[in-house]
Amino acid sequence: MATVERARLWHFHGGIVMAHHKRLCTTEPIRAAALPGTLYVPLSQHEGQPAEPLVTAGDRVLKGQPIGAAGGWLSAPVHAPSSGKVRAVEDHAVPHPSGLPAPCIVIDTDGEDRWGEHAGIDWHSAEPETIRERLFESGVVGLGGATFPSHVKLTPGDDGPVHTLIVNGAECEPYIACDEMLMRERADDIVLGARVLQRACGATDILIAIEDLRPEIRESMERAVHADGGTDLKLALVPTVYPEGGEKQLIQVLTGLEVPAGGLPLDLGLVCMNVATAVAAYRAAEHGEPLISRIVSVTGQGIREPCNFEALIGTPLSELAAQAGGYGENVTRLIAGGPLMGFALASDQVPVTKATNCVLALRDEQVRRPQPQMPCIRCMECVRVCPAQLLPQQLYWHAEAHEFEKSRDLGLFDCIECGCCAMVCPSQIPLVDYYRFAKSELRAAEADRHRADHARRRHEARQARLARQEAEREQRLRKKKEALERRPRGDRQSEIRAAVARARAKKRDPGPD
Amino acid sequence: MKFSLAGAPHLPASRTVGEVMRDVIYALVPGILAYAWFFGIGVLVQILIAALAGLGFEYAMLRLRGRPVQPFLGDCSVLITAVLLALCLPPLMPWWATVLGMFFAVVVAKHLYGGLGHNLFNPAMVGYVVLLIAFPAQFTQWLPPRGLAESGLGATGALQAIFTGALPGGFHWDAVTQATPLDLIKTQTALNHTIPEIRQNPLFGDFGGRGWEWIANFYALGGVWLLWRRVISWRIPVAMIGSVILLSTPFWLMAPDVHPFPAQHVFSGGLVLGAFFVATDPVSASTTPRGRLIYAAGIGVLTLVIRRWGGYPDGVAFAVLLMNMAVPLIDTYTAPRIYGHPK
Repeated sequence: MATVERARLWHFHGGIVMAHHKRLCTTEPIRAAALPGTLYVPLSQHEGQPAEPLVTAGDRVLKGQPIGAAGGWLSAPVHAPSSGKVRAVEDHAVPHPSGLPAPCIVIDTDGEDRWGEHAGIDWHSAEPETIRERLFESGVVGLGGATFPSHVKLTPGDDGPVHTLIVNGAECEPYIACDEMLMRERADDIVLGARVLQRACGATDILIAIEDLRPEIRESMERAVHADGGTDLKLALVPTVYPEGGEKQLIQVLTGLEVPAGGLPLDLGLVCMNVATAVAAYRAAEHGEPLISRIVSVTGQGIREPCNFEALIGTPLSELAAQAGGYGENVTRLIAGGPLMGFALASDQVPVTKATNCVLALRDEQVRRPQPQMPCIRCMECVRVCPAQLLPQQLYWHAEAHEFEKSRDLGLFDCIECGCCAMVCPSQIPLVDYYRFAKSELRAAEADRHRADHARRRHEARQARLARQEAEREQRLRKKKEALERRPRGDRQSEIRAAVARARAKKRDPGPD
Repeated sequence: MKFSLAGAPHLPASRTVGEVMRDVIYALVPGILAYAWFFGIGVLVQILIAALAGLGFEYAMLRLRGRPVQPFLGDCSVLITAVLLALCLPPLMPWWATVLGMFFAVVVAKHLYGGLGHNLFNPAMVGYVVLLIAFPAQFTQWLPPRGLAESGLGATGALQAIFTGALPGGFHWDAVTQATPLDLIKTQTALNHTIPEIRQNPLFGDFGGRGWEWIANFYALGGVWLLWRRVISWRIPVAMIGSVILLSTPFWLMAPDVHPFPAQHVFSGGLVLGAFFVATDPVSASTTPRGRLIYAAGIGVLTLVIRRWGGYPDGVAFAVLLMNMAVPLIDTYTAPRIYGHPK
């Protein structure tokens, strides 16, 4: 067993070192959240197509039973987090930046928490495809926040095999500590999960990246890696800098390589999975348990007893907050996620989803004051911290002027939206909001162009068809004319006479019709 | 329970524009005090005049442009412009000339270009250059440093000179004022005197001008503090001073009689002030890491060229304005390679 030390690593550009506030919620072990009376399970908790409901109001469901079928290849099914009765399939508030409600399956739990049939597979000898199929059926998606369906990510591309599986334990955003607690308490499951994922993608090596922040993480992970004993499994200690946990940045730190623009880690022969995803993969493969729960940090100075819960998907955040002692004084901001990339929630009446790694309650004096945005003074702080080495002030300049193409030419789509630039901006410009706006405008324009192109192609095809038909007709006429002209003149005179005679005969005798 | 909504990031910014600007003003304090120590209180009066005029013009322009007054006056950027302009002017500059300089700095160079963040040229340098070209006579009237042919003008005399344009009875402009060391170099080398001969003049100190070199040291002290506070980055001061040293050294080695030695260049005129406080003005400087090196090195080279071959004894202000014009071009060609793009 070998631990790769910091000195052997590369580094990424920019980033911010800041107060992490993780100790707030890591003083006590992971708590199991109480079974809620009602679960609100959103049908869209992942990147890609939403799931299609498989149940209707009144149906009885068992724990782990599929209640929503995947809407396609880039999609994931959803499962009943506990046993009970489906109350409705209807729109309900969900944690989403838009604040709009979305289709959910509402389950009144019966308190028995009775499992449906489920069984593991022999993943040690199963084909990679079988394992990926199992992960797909179990609704396993990336639990680091992106919720990208894991079976898609683990499918090797055409450009060559996967050589290294990177297991991402770098949880760099302040306050969030769900992965930390998982690594401290369930390190063996993470390593076993890494083995499942390794088999699923065919990687020859595994690199588990953990932050050097805390000795407890290192101790438990080293113990688990040691217990595994494989020489193809290594642990790397990475420095704690935001946004180190970003896939592209972690790959750069571990390998010195950059994911090509517009490409995937697969292009480098790499697959990067979060530690919690590894545990979900292990449970799905070993026990046949679908992804119906996750660890959620309920933390912040606005929570009386910050802690980490293992909560069922669909549990209302209000119940988690209540079990964490409730809100303290002067709480004004509730955030799904961390303080840099998370989004504000208007209400805590929204459920835990597969993406909910953290519920952060901040006090009034902690949050950014609403104040007038000042003009950009081109101070270059954003350039200093940008991990993608962009010129954020130039992207902003053109986005604000609605010159989206210029923003794109300057690398708008290379922006990972980590929020470093907005965090350090002395003019308090919400830079990432500008970039998202510019990106959506460009995507809309692209879609418009696509539609217009399609219509134009159809129009051109029709014009070409009409022209072709016209040309064919003319050619036919010309051939006929030429055939006529090729005949001797006398012939034509006699033909005319014959035709006149025929016409006269016809006139005299109109015939049967 | 209801919660407030706002976009990320949710935590407060590390610092605001106003805090950045105030840091720059604090960093100028040692240099200002040294200036007042060596050349009398004239400079403080000039700063006061420029600041009041600047605030007035800023207020008027904000009102005219329909912009909120409080946040923009509170950002203190106009005070930096005022201090920098005042530090460039002779201590006995008539008050109306200083006000005129601030007019060009704030109204023309800043607000007519779109206000804070949009000005192509450094406002203080625009104000200074307008005055330098319009009133060349006033720019020959500098005071001798402390410890050298004291003029005996005193504070009241200085005030009278600034506000009435006339010296108290018994004083004559020729007797009271002095050329700057750079003026001397300019005029004397034209008369075929060698640099070592010129430096015999008591106006010269160990490196640059007497008094001036100490003021430059205190500017540098403030500049280092700004570096430590990460208000400015090392690139511009290092590239600007470095290019001056690199370019002046071979000339000095080849012909020490005609070309001043590098330290003389660095510690004379506005070079140190320019390197830490003028060229580092973020709005009018290049915004790419490599671009800032090129931009600042360009200022250093142009300064030397103007000092040696130009019509003015010092060239920092002209060099800054010329390089300001080149910034869009520099930025276009020095954008860093984006993550994941081909090397």
